[in-house]
Amino acid sequence: MVLELYLDLLSQPCRAIYIFAKKNGIPFQMHTVDLRKGEHLSDAFAQVNPVKKVPAMKDNDFTLSESVAILLYLTHKYKVPDHWYPQDLQARARVDEYLAWQHTTLRRSCLRALWHKVMFPVFLGEQVPSETLAATLAELDVNLRVLEDKFLQDKAFLVGPHISLADLVAITEVMHPIGGGCPVFEGHPKLAAWYHRVETVVGKELFREANEVILKVKDSAPVNLIIKQKVMPRVLAMIQ
Amino acid sequence: MGLKLYLDLLSQPCRAVYIFAKKNGIPFQLHTVDLLKGQHVSEQFLQLNCQRKVPVLKDGNFVLTESSAILIYLSSKYQVADHWYPADLQARARVHEYLGWHTDNIRGIFGVPLWTKVLGPLIGTQIPEEKVERNRKNMFESLQRLEEKFFGDGTFLTGYQVTVADLMCLEELMQPVALGYNLFEGRPQLTAWRARVEEFLGANLCQQAHGRILSIQEQAAKNTLPVPYPEVQSRMMLRIARIP
Repeated sequence: MVLELYLDLLSQPCRAIYIFAKKNGIPFQMHTVDLRKGEHLSDAFAQVNPVKKVPAMKDNDFTLSESVAILLYLTHKYKVPDHWYPQDLQARARVDEYLAWQHTTLRRSCLRALWHKVMFPVFLGEQVPSETLAATLAELDVNLRVLEDKFLQDKAFLVGPHISLADLVAITEVMHPIGGGCPVFEGHPKLAAWYHRVETVVGKELFREANEVILKVKDSAPVNLIIKQKVMPRVLAMIQ
Repeated sequence: MGLKLYLDLLSQPCRAVYIFAKKNGIPFQLHTVDLLKGQHVSEQFLQLNCQRKVPVLKDGNFVLTESSAILIYLSSKYQVADHWYPADLQARARVHEYLGWHTDNIRGIFGVPLWTKVLGPLIGTQIPEEKVERNRKNMFESLQRLEEKFFGDGTFLTGYQVTVADLMCLEELMQPVALGYNLFEGRPQLTAWRARVEEFLGANLCQQAHGRILSIQEQAAKNTLPVPYPEVQSRMMLRIARIP
């Protein structure tokens, strides 16, 4: 039975997995789990992932959650080109280091930037104080600076001359505030250049396809009130 | 040149790295970076890690941060027993699944009691009771989720043998335990798991690794803790402000 991926391209980690699978020609059946319609909270989806989050993967009887776990599983199972997750011990450690660092830093800022700027007002119909948004955007800027100064530096890609899982995860994160209309590259020219390199390697068509949903996020329909009640506590926990 | 590990055993991820290296007989030079004395904000340490955090690994000229990256690097380089970070595709995936879940559900939550009970008061800051209570509730809810998700099949978090996942988890849980929270009461599965991990590691190693965190509250009570200097205090205030 073919690999099943449960994704909503609204979600950054889902985009990373989507791009990775497509780019590497990994055959999969896509199951869209529409977060804005609360589909992740259904009993049916709980059978796949009791934690009720995307992304989730099902490989016959083996179900797996957590995006880094899924990306690494796909990397090893499908024997993708080495540059994605190098065999070389130190090069690989750099990818691991980035993937660990970004989870509570860049990932968190990108998520908060999108939610404070767009999702709260447009989707949830909740106003966000301007000081809150300003603080969120300031923190995003700090993390973008670390991305540029500690990780990218003068290299073509985050861990070296070739694209890796680190770049994929990073770019799908920055697409969040980009989709939200934040001027992510202002004051970060190296990141702008890196972004174009990643887009080129991924392929413009695949990149566009993967980002279609996030680039239209400002047009999100207001949430259904029943769904709002269900998702609100989870949203608040998520962006804490 | 040899392997160097820059650690403060007050820190949960540092303890995980320390225990792992010791248990596996990995030779290393311990460089203690005393957080309370602000050694992590020294110019010297900044050269090593611009993020001013521990743990840090230095292997020749190669400097590595992030505890999970360090654990995986050590596993591979020193070819430790397979169970720590299994080669098997699915077993390894489960370890990474735990590590991802851990970052959202454990990390950041179980470290709070040290701040509320010791570090905040040390710099004259009382964290509001409301936040202390919220954190207690968050910890207990996390433990519930931990038991539901990872205590199904197997005697350890991801299977039938100890992995790096168990180390990361245990060391986070030790933080509030050392501060007097009885996390294990009424949780027989969790208690049994902890006993199994500690038995595997050995009492001596556990004592060595846990000594500093276990004595911190007593030291605070006796006023024998160094009072952090202003630059460190302002960083601490930033961390305190992030307590939900």
